[in-house]
Amino acid sequence: MGENITFFVLMLDAMLRVSTPLILASFAGMFAERSGIVDIGLEGKMLGAAFAAASVALVTDSAWLGLLAGISVSVGLAMIHAFACVTHNGNQVVSGMALNILVAGLGPVLALAWFNQGSQTPMIADIARFKPIHLPFADKLRDVPVVGEVYSELISGHNIIVYLALGMVPLAAWFIYRTRFGLRLRAVGENPEAVDTAGISVTGMRYRAMIVCGILCGVAGTYLAIAMNTLFIRDMTAGMGYLALAALIFGKWKPLPTLLACFLFAFAQALEARLQGVDIPGIGIIPVQAIQALPYILTVLLLAGFVGKAIPPKASGVPYVKEK
Amino acid sequence: MAASDRGREASPPSGAAPPALEVIGIEKWFGTVHANSNVNVRVAPGTIHGIIGENGAGKSTLMSVVYGYYQADSGEIRVGGEPVQIKGPEHAIAAGIGMVHQHFMLVDTFTVLENIVLGVEGGRMLAPSLAAARSELQRLERDYNLEVNPDAIVGELPVGVQQRVEILKALYRGADILILDEPTGVLTPQEVDHLFRILAALREQGKTIILITHKLREIMALTDEVTVMRGGEVVAQVMTAETTREDLAAKMVGRSVLLRVEKGAAHPGAAFLEVADLCVNDHTGLARVKNVSFEVHAGEILGIAGVAGNGQSELMAALAGILPKKSGHILIKGEEIAGGTARGARNVRAAGVGHVPEDRQHMGLVTSFEACESGILGYHRDEKYNGRVLMDHTAIVADVGRQMEEYDVRPPLPRLRTGAFSGGNQQKIVLGREMDRDPDVLLVGQPTRGVDIGAIEFIHRRLVAMRDAGKALLLVSVELDEILSLSDRILVMFDGEIVGEVTQSEATEQALGLMMAGERQTPPQAPTSQENTP
Amino acid sequence: MSIGAPTEAPRWVTHALVPLINLALALIISGLLIFALGEDPFEAISILAYGAFGYPEAIGYTLYYTTNFIFTGLAVAIAFHCFLFNIGGEGQAYLGGLGAGVVGLAIGHWPSPIVLILGILAAAAFGGAWAFIPAWLQAKRGSHIVITTIMFNFIAAALMTYLMVEIFIEPGQQSAESRDFEAGAIMPFVHDILAQIGIDAGHSFLNLSFVLALICCVLFWFFVWRTRWGYEIRSVGQNESAAVYGGIMPSRAIILAMCISGGLAGLVGVNEILGVHHRLLLEFTAGYGFVGIAVALMGRNHPFGIFLAALLFGALYQGGQELAFDMPNINRDMVVVIQGLVILFSGALENMFRPRIEALFMRRARSAPAAAE
Repeated sequence: MGENITFFVLMLDAMLRVSTPLILASFAGMFAERSGIVDIGLEGKMLGAAFAAASVALVTDSAWLGLLAGISVSVGLAMIHAFACVTHNGNQVVSGMALNILVAGLGPVLALAWFNQGSQTPMIADIARFKPIHLPFADKLRDVPVVGEVYSELISGHNIIVYLALGMVPLAAWFIYRTRFGLRLRAVGENPEAVDTAGISVTGMRYRAMIVCGILCGVAGTYLAIAMNTLFIRDMTAGMGYLALAALIFGKWKPLPTLLACFLFAFAQALEARLQGVDIPGIGIIPVQAIQALPYILTVLLLAGFVGKAIPPKASGVPYVKEK
Repeated sequence: MAASDRGREASPPSGAAPPALEVIGIEKWFGTVHANSNVNVRVAPGTIHGIIGENGAGKSTLMSVVYGYYQADSGEIRVGGEPVQIKGPEHAIAAGIGMVHQHFMLVDTFTVLENIVLGVEGGRMLAPSLAAARSELQRLERDYNLEVNPDAIVGELPVGVQQRVEILKALYRGADILILDEPTGVLTPQEVDHLFRILAALREQGKTIILITHKLREIMALTDEVTVMRGGEVVAQVMTAETTREDLAAKMVGRSVLLRVEKGAAHPGAAFLEVADLCVNDHTGLARVKNVSFEVHAGEILGIAGVAGNGQSELMAALAGILPKKSGHILIKGEEIAGGTARGARNVRAAGVGHVPEDRQHMGLVTSFEACESGILGYHRDEKYNGRVLMDHTAIVADVGRQMEEYDVRPPLPRLRTGAFSGGNQQKIVLGREMDRDPDVLLVGQPTRGVDIGAIEFIHRRLVAMRDAGKALLLVSVELDEILSLSDRILVMFDGEIVGEVTQSEATEQALGLMMAGERQTPPQAPTSQENTP
Repeated sequence: MSIGAPTEAPRWVTHALVPLINLALALIISGLLIFALGEDPFEAISILAYGAFGYPEAIGYTLYYTTNFIFTGLAVAIAFHCFLFNIGGEGQAYLGGLGAGVVGLAIGHWPSPIVLILGILAAAAFGGAWAFIPAWLQAKRGSHIVITTIMFNFIAAALMTYLMVEIFIEPGQQSAESRDFEAGAIMPFVHDILAQIGIDAGHSFLNLSFVLALICCVLFWFFVWRTRWGYEIRSVGQNESAAVYGGIMPSRAIILAMCISGGLAGLVGVNEILGVHHRLLLEFTAGYGFVGIAVALMGRNHPFGIFLAALLFGALYQGGQELAFDMPNINRDMVVVIQGLVILFSGALENMFRPRIEALFMRRARSAPAAAE
C-alpha cells in the first residue's frame, strides 16, 4: 500500500516536471489559435528560447537574465510569424515550418561558434539555473504518511517555472474568459469580420496574441534549458512543440481540458519510463512505443470525430482579407 | 440635384430640424465600374427611409460608404447637419450610425451579451461591462419590444433572433441612425412581421431607420419616404404616401434602351427538360427552391427573371447536378438523372446538358489554367481528348483553339492563362465549351455579366441560333433587359417560388418588376392583394 | 476591354527570377551570418562548391542527397498541386524504407532485378498507405491534413522503433538493426558500374536510385500535366467548386494525390535501405522529408525546378560537410539555416516580394482587369 502510494507520488512528480513545458507551449498555442493563427512553430520558438536562455545564463550567470533572453528570442520569432502571416497573409503552416527549421539549424551553428563545444552549450552552473524550491516544512513532514509524502515529494521541490506554469493556467483562463482582451481574442479567431465591423483592428489583436504566444513559448524553452536540464542540446525540444499542439487539440482549445491533456500526455511519458519491460499480470508487456504513440493516435482519432469532436476556432489558419 | 430638391420639399414636418443623415454628391468607382454617381440623399430624423433598387443599383455601395467600409472618391456625409469624416466603422459608430448587415456580424460561439459588448466593453474587465450591458439590454427590451435571452449562445438562435441581436448591438452603441441591409432576406414571414413591429417602435422612440431592400411590399408597408436608385444614381426621392407600387417599379427598372435581339417566332417542340415539384436546400439547410415546376421545350428559350438571391442559383445548381435536390423530379428528355451525387455533374453532362454557370470565375473556369485546359473542364474524360493513359494534348489545343476561333475569343491563343483574358472572352471560352457539344438542353446563368457590349451581342446571337436549331435553353439572369429580349417565355422567381409566368409578347417591364419585388401575378383587374405572402 | 491583352508578368519572371531572388536573399543572410561568425563568406562558398562538385566522390555524394530530395520534393509538390500540405513526408519515407526492407529481408536471395522492382513497389506502397490514412480522414472526415500528417510522423517513428527493437533486430545485436540483405536486394552503386567501364569515381553512396528519381521527375510531369488524373488533381487544388462543376470528385482527387505523394516519399527508403545501408535500421530519414518542403517551394512544384532545387540542396548538404570540416566555426547545421530561410522567403513571405517584382515586368493592358465584376 505504502509502496503503491510512493510509486504513484513519484509518477505524479515526474509528470509535473514533464508537463511544465507542455502546458506553457500548449497555452501559447491556445492564444495564437484562438486569435485565428495556426502556429506549428511552437517547437521552434521553444528551441530558440532554450538556446538563448542557456547562452545568456552561461554568460551572465543569471537565470533570470536567461529567462528574459529566452522570452525575447521567442517573441522575436513570433513577430516574424505574425509579419509573414498577418501582415503579408502568408501561409501559416509554411511560415511555422520555416521558423522551426531555421531555429533547428541556427541553435547548433551559434552554439559551436560561441562556445566551441560542438552543437551544444557547455554545462550551466547551478547558480545560473532555476533550482528546486523547497517549501516550508517539506523535510519535517516527509514522514507523515500520504499527506506528508504528497507535500514533500509532489508539491514541494520544483523550480519556480513549474509553479509559474501552474499559476499561469488559471490566469490564462481568466484572461481569455474574463477580460476585454480575451473577449476580443476569442472573437477574432471565430469571426474577424465581426471584430472589424465593431471597430477593432484584427491585425492588432493578432499581433498581440502572438506576443503572448511568444512569451509563453519563451518560458517553456527556458525551462527546458536551464531548469529541467543543464545545457542546450541540438533538437532538445524533440517534438514537444508538436505534442503541445496535440494537447491543445485534444483539449479542444479550452484551458482546463488542455491542462488535463498535458497532464495525460506527460503522465504517459512518465509511465513509459516505468513500464519499460515490466510484465503486467493479465496484460503482458506493453511496448513503450505504444505509449509513446498514444497521444498522437488519440489526437488523430479525436480530429476525425471518432472520439468526441474537436472544432477549432472557425477562422484559424485563414488570413483576414477585407472583402471588397 | 433634382432628387435632393424633391427630398427637401417632401420632408415631413421637420421644420428647422436638419436631416438625420445627408449624403451629398457621393462618387465611387470600382475600377471601371461607376458604383455611385453623384448620389444625394437626405434622411429626415425619426423616419423610416427606404432605399430601393435592383441588384447593382448602388444601394449597398452607398451604405458601405456611409458606414466607413469604403471611402467615397468625392462627396460629403453629414450627420445631424454636421459634416463628418467616416474612415472606418469606428467613426460611423461614434457618429451614431449603426448597421445591421445582410450577413450577420456575430460571433456564433458567444452569448448574446458577449456579442453586444464586443468592441464597446468600457473597461479591461468583462464582468462590469457585461453587467452594465445586461441592465441596458433590459431597458432596450422594454422600450422596443426586442426580447432576447442575453445568455443564449448566438449560433443556436434562429436567424430572426440573431437579427434582433444585431439591432441591439447597434442600439447599445448608441445608434440614432440604423441602417438595415436587405433585412428580410433570411426571415420567415412571422419574423418579418416581428421585425416590422420593432422598426415601428424604434421610429416612435425617435430613431431614424434606413431600410435597403428590393421588395416593394416592404417599402409600401413600412417607410415614410423612399429613395429609388438605378445604375449607381438616385432617380427619385419621394414620400411613400405619394407614390404607388407601379410608379416605384417603373422607376426602379427604368427605361433603358432595350437590346433587341433579332429573332423569329419560336417553334416549341417536345419538352426536353421537365421539372416537377422541385425543392432544393442550400448547403446550410435553408430552403431555397420551393415546389418549382416548369418545362423547357425544344426550340424555346425559357427565361427566369428575379432579383439575385431568390433561389435561381440553387435551381440552376440542382439542374446541373451539383446541388442535391430535396424532393421533386428533374427529367431530361423524359429520363430522371441522378444529380447531386459525387458525380452528379458528370451524369447530367452525359445526358446531354450543357451548363454555363452564373459565376464563371468561381465555377466555370480555373483562372490559373491555360485556356485549353479550362476549355475542356467537364469534358476532360472525353475520348477525343484522351489516349489510353495520356491525354492527347495536341488534340486538346487544336480543338479548344478551334472553339476559340469559332466563338470569337480574343486573342484565340489556347496556351494563354485563362485569367489573362477579359471577362467577355472568358465567358466566350465557357460558351464555346458548353455549346460546342451541341447539347439538347443548355442551362445558361448570367451569360453577359461583366461582358462588354460587343460580346453581349455575339453571345445573344449564338443563344438564339441554338434555339433555332431546336435546342431547349433555360436562361437565368438578373438583367431584365436580357430576359426580355431573349426569352420566349418568362418565369419570375421570388423567395424560391415561381410567382408568375408571361410570354415575351405580353411581358412588360413594369409587370415583371412588380413580380420581382414579390407581387404575385394576379388575374387582370383583381385588386392588388395585401397579404400575398402567406 | 474586348481584347484580352495579357495582364501578367512573363513566365521567366515568375518561374526563374523570383525563386532566384528568394534564394539570393536566403544566401545573403546566411553569408552575413557566416561573416558574423568570423569567417569569410566568399571563401565559404568556394569551399562549399568544391566540397559538392570538386572531385568525383563529392559529386557522387551530392547526387546521392539530390536523389532523396527529388523524392521528397516531388512528394510535397504533388500534394501542393491538390492544395494539400503534406508535412508527413518524413513518416512516409520511414514506412517506405520498411517496405523496401521487408522485401530485402524476405526475398533477397531472388534474382536482383525482381527483388529491386518489388522493393521499389513495396516502398511506394508502404509510403502511399501511410499517406492514405490522413488523406482519407481529410477527404471523408474533414480532419486537417497538416495536423494529421504531423501526428503520423510521430506514430511512424514509434511504430518503426517497435518493429526494429522487437522484430527485425538481429539476434545478439546491441543496436536496433536487421541483418544485412543478400546480394539480390542491393541497388548497385554508380561507382561500381562506372568502374566496370573503366571510370574511377571513388566511393560514394550514389546508387541507381538516382536514375529512378530522374524517371520519377519525367513521370511526374506527364502525370500532372498530361493525364486526366493529374488534370483532376490540379482542378481540385486550384478551384474546388469549378472541379465539382466539372464532375470531378474532390475526395477522390485528394486521396489519389496523397497516395502518390506518400509513394514518392516512400522511395527515399529505396535510396537509403536498398541503395546505401542494405539493412533495416532506425532514423535513416534524417529530416529529408522536411527538406522536401523547401525543395518543392523553390522548385515551384515543377519537376525541373524540383530537380534543380534538389541538386542545390544536395550540394549544400554535401558541401556543408566539407565546410564544417574546413571552417572550425561552422558546422553543417548552417545548411539547415539556409533551408529554413529558403522556406521563409519563397514560402511564407512570398507575398512580400513576388507581387512587386512581377509588377515591374507586367505587360499591362490599357483595359480594366479581366475580372470586371
